[in-house]
Amino acid sequence: MDDPHGRRMGAAIHEVTAANARRGARSSLAWAPFLTVGALLLPIAAGFLGTLLPAFGYLPALGGAHFNLSPWRALVAYPGFATSVVTTLCIGIATSLLAVAVAVGFCAFASGRPRVARWLGARGGWLSPLLSTPHSAIAIGFAFLVAPSGWIARGVSPWLTGWTLPPDIATVGDATGWTLVLGLLLKEVPFLVLMIIVALHQVPVERSLAIARSLGYRRSHAWLKVVLPQIHPQLRLPIYAVIAFSLSVVDVALILGPANPPTLSVLAVRWFTDADIQSYFPAAAGAILQTLLVISVIALWFGAERCAAWAGRNWIARGDRRGLLAPAAGFAAALACGMFALAALATIAMGIWSFAAQWRFPDAWPQAWSLATWSRHLPELLAPFVNTMAIGVCATAIALVLVAACLENESRRHVRAGNAALWTLYVPLLIPQVAFLFGAQVLLVRLDFDGTFAAVVWAHLVFVLPYLFLVLAEPWRALDPRFARTAAGLGASRTRAFFRVKLPILSRPIAAACAIAFAVSVGQYLATLFAGNGRVPTLTTEAVTLAAGADRRVIGIYAFAQSTLPLLAYVAAAGLPAILFRNRRGITT
Amino acid sequence: MSGSLRLESVRIAIGAGTLIASLDLDVAPGECVTLMGPSGCGKSTLLAYISGALDPAFRATGRILIGSVDITALPPEARQVGILFQDDLLFPHMSVAGNLAFALPAVVRDRAVRRAHIEQALAEADLAGFGERDPATLSGGQRARVALMRTLLAGPKALLLDEPFNKLDIALRGEFRRFVFEHVARRELPMLLVTHDEADALEGGRVIRLTELC
Amino acid sequence: MTRRVLIIAALAAACLPWTALAQDLPWSEVVARARGETVNWNAWAGDDKTNAFIAWVAGEVRGRFGITLNHVKLKDTSEAVTRVVAEKAAGRLAGGTVDLIWLNGPNFLALKEQGLLYGPFAQRLPNFRYVDTVHKRSTVVDFTIPVDGFAAPWRMAQLVFVYDGARVRSPPTSMSGMLEWAKKNPGRLTHPQVRNFLGATFLKQALLELAPNAVVLQQPATDGNFSAATAPMWAWYDALRPNLWRQGRQFPENGPAQRQLLNDGEVDFLVSFNPAEAAVSVRAGLLPDSVRTLVFARGTIGNTSFVAIPFNAANKESAMVVADFLLEPATQAYAQDIEHLGSVTVLDVERLPAADRRRFAELSGLPAMPRDTQLGTMLLEPHPSWMTRMAAEWERRYTR
Repeated sequence: MDDPHGRRMGAAIHEVTAANARRGARSSLAWAPFLTVGALLLPIAAGFLGTLLPAFGYLPALGGAHFNLSPWRALVAYPGFATSVVTTLCIGIATSLLAVAVAVGFCAFASGRPRVARWLGARGGWLSPLLSTPHSAIAIGFAFLVAPSGWIARGVSPWLTGWTLPPDIATVGDATGWTLVLGLLLKEVPFLVLMIIVALHQVPVERSLAIARSLGYRRSHAWLKVVLPQIHPQLRLPIYAVIAFSLSVVDVALILGPANPPTLSVLAVRWFTDADIQSYFPAAAGAILQTLLVISVIALWFGAERCAAWAGRNWIARGDRRGLLAPAAGFAAALACGMFALAALATIAMGIWSFAAQWRFPDAWPQAWSLATWSRHLPELLAPFVNTMAIGVCATAIALVLVAACLENESRRHVRAGNAALWTLYVPLLIPQVAFLFGAQVLLVRLDFDGTFAAVVWAHLVFVLPYLFLVLAEPWRALDPRFARTAAGLGASRTRAFFRVKLPILSRPIAAACAIAFAVSVGQYLATLFAGNGRVPTLTTEAVTLAAGADRRVIGIYAFAQSTLPLLAYVAAAGLPAILFRNRRGITT
Repeated sequence: MSGSLRLESVRIAIGAGTLIASLDLDVAPGECVTLMGPSGCGKSTLLAYISGALDPAFRATGRILIGSVDITALPPEARQVGILFQDDLLFPHMSVAGNLAFALPAVVRDRAVRRAHIEQALAEADLAGFGERDPATLSGGQRARVALMRTLLAGPKALLLDEPFNKLDIALRGEFRRFVFEHVARRELPMLLVTHDEADALEGGRVIRLTELC
Repeated sequence: MTRRVLIIAALAAACLPWTALAQDLPWSEVVARARGETVNWNAWAGDDKTNAFIAWVAGEVRGRFGITLNHVKLKDTSEAVTRVVAEKAAGRLAGGTVDLIWLNGPNFLALKEQGLLYGPFAQRLPNFRYVDTVHKRSTVVDFTIPVDGFAAPWRMAQLVFVYDGARVRSPPTSMSGMLEWAKKNPGRLTHPQVRNFLGATFLKQALLELAPNAVVLQQPATDGNFSAATAPMWAWYDALRPNLWRQGRQFPENGPAQRQLLNDGEVDFLVSFNPAEAAVSVRAGLLPDSVRTLVFARGTIGNTSFVAIPFNAANKESAMVVADFLLEPATQAYAQDIEHLGSVTVLDVERLPAADRRRFAELSGLPAMPRDTQLGTMLLEPHPSWMTRMAAEWERRYTR
């Protein structure tokens, strides 16, 4: 769609000054960005302050009345501190690199191969089950898969290996952390693949590939040299979110990560919840250090990206049509498929456990099956299930209204939100949760707001909103602005045009974004715990608490329940627009 | 029925440079004025200014009047200026009749009357019975005709066309061109056509060449 | 004149804060006030059976006292401690969200030292008179700290080892014996990580056995006495560690995680504080029925689980009623039944009325369940400072 005026407008947007913006179109939605940022900024800022101050010794309630560096000294003096930091960094960086490499390789391989693309679905359709299972559930299932007494070992024992007792090999909890890396990859690779698919919609993929192939480049080669450079700006924020998550994850690290010493965030959480109240101070210091680590690795990645971009440009310009890229992409795709299979197996394993009565090594299947666990726990599931659904729906709905208002305000004023405001929105994804949640809890208690349903919705909103924005922003901004002009030319008011033209056309991206946001809400653990003060049980809080009891049958039930809600959301997101606009090929393709 | 479209001392600039120095134009009802110039030259920007969708990066001065009404300060939806792009931009989630109904002003309340208007528009476009069809199932030429009828149903006082024939193949072009000129002339609307193709200009119509900053 | 005095007295009485001194109220008044209140009982929820028991308690107190009991599920008791501290930090001195906490040991010490507990109240509970404070000393002295009525006991705990009888023929009966057994069977023994109370108790049991002078353990640990008292224990552990599961580099997170390892066949021993652990787990399908309980010849460490009320609890009266209900003989018998919990009672069965004594006698026994008498001597916990220092020293020595 060539639009010379549009192109010039695009180039001119960079020259927008504040004066021009003010002179631009009036908008009745000017309040939206302020409300959004304000609703998020307050708990984050308060929370962060509530962690920063104790990190330097200031917390009067616990007797810390003067600023001092003793928390930091206690942190550094802790046995295994150096190992912990090094392990955290290695695991975080390795996971991020691998996740990006595998996701990109997989997409490069899948491009131009219509069978694979159909398999993937228009919006990552069948990745949804993988994305909806919360990471703790997949981690437990994966731990069961790879443990020396796990399903894989049971499958090949004793006929292949001769083991009647599990061997004493360290897999889960190994000091190098490879199980943690792999366990994190199981969720992060599908996430990045989905983000890439979303980004691809803005780019003329088919045509670019066709041109490149006609110039003599092989499929994956073409994708990497032609399509990837076009979408990599959109991928920046999802990658940063992946980096932050890999560095600061707590629940998966508890299950799969090294324990002696554990990663830094696990250390911090242990201290935060320690019976010795004075360990709160080094905990706060650890949380601040964790934040610094995340920021520095992101900065490092940004720098590396610049170098890679420069090197990549040279490489593209050389015109080399040979090389190992295509087989490498194939290898990455095979790895990705392996990961998808592992994740699916992990989920299935937990499902089987929920129906098992007794299952010992080396049996490949349970010795006895029973429905007793289900019948015992199903009534208990109801209240958390309802809570989880209600919180998810409320948080997603509020987030959708705010994001839609902000984006519409943007397009009406022809202004792209200032970078500062955008980064504030993404701060919850980039700062370790533990770094601000305790401080936020203190704030809630002061306002006498804690333990209420509304407080939990607010806490979830803080994390749901960035994801919703991340997924919805590009499709929204990429919508042909001439639709709005046409509607205006037909005499429709801006409100009418918004509800009757813009929203229906964007129904698929909106539905997909809502499904992702809902899944994020379902998986929240620390946020529900801190804001709800234990009064608002959700499926995830119950599951993590029960995971401490290590009864895989019960965990299997809760893992299943935890996955159904987001899965339903994804199915609805895929199906609803298809049903509403069933005779409209323009929407459903 | 409607007055003429008048541009008075219209000046459009961006940054340090000027796109259009000073333009005075008077398009009589039923007249078609063609603006010509190479691609990316300010033609579409001028149309954006007239329709009220000018990007804030540009600075524009000058008055726009339709008849005696000064529409310079009005919001786009109140200007009653129809615009047709080179892509038909039929709303994909509505049927053909739905697109037309969207354009029909709400003052026409009676459902039967509305249906009659829509049927008549479809008949004029030689698409009788196509009301319930999905726009994506129509051919390019059919979609273009629906787009024009949609624009006209809204009852505009002036019509802007931004390279509307670009996407059509040669055979369809001539046919669609005739279709457009006929309908617009019938309604006696002032029409401003922007194109870079000489053949698109109306026979005997005024042609203005924008050669600034190209 | 008299009328004016009466009016002034009535007004003055009306001005008294209503949070007065539930301590001074007669018990019937407490029960009356408790009706209609809600109790938020913060309790560790990692065990299915305990959760079911708490749910049963909720049903009972609703029927009998009109109290709504809300089980706030915790992953770790220290979560509740953190909550109370956060509320104090935020200035919430009344109407707190935590009404009742199940705790003991370091958690209890932490709260009591900071003055974050309400009380003393335990002695006011009518059923407290049945508690065996003579033979079960840990009901009034928790980890050498006098409880002073700031917490009410509700179940006994004693360290036991559960082992797979099908794989282990002659289990050791002391910690030194454990070392010998581990040398012959490397990689089959482990303990929870030392920050977990079970892991710490594993070390404490060794300390009690191997320390040259056990009396010093009842005193606080100091820089002076620590190294001398713990040296033999560290020597023993250094010899043990290479023969542990995963060469002593990895440890299960908590007791239930170790139970999973036993079930998976990765280890042969399980450490637990519940003497009925084996019987209960077999019943629940969590362990094979070949498991047996092991108790040491010279006794193992035991302690009591308590419930305590935070200083700012919103519903103190109903919390006290619930604490009293837990001490009722019928409740204690229900809990001791392995169908339900299998926990050992805190009451002195001999002093109970005849009907209640019969209830206890009728409780079923299983091969995996040791009888009360077979549990052996209960050794008292050392001072909590020993555990803290030992955990820190362990980390210093073995975390790289």
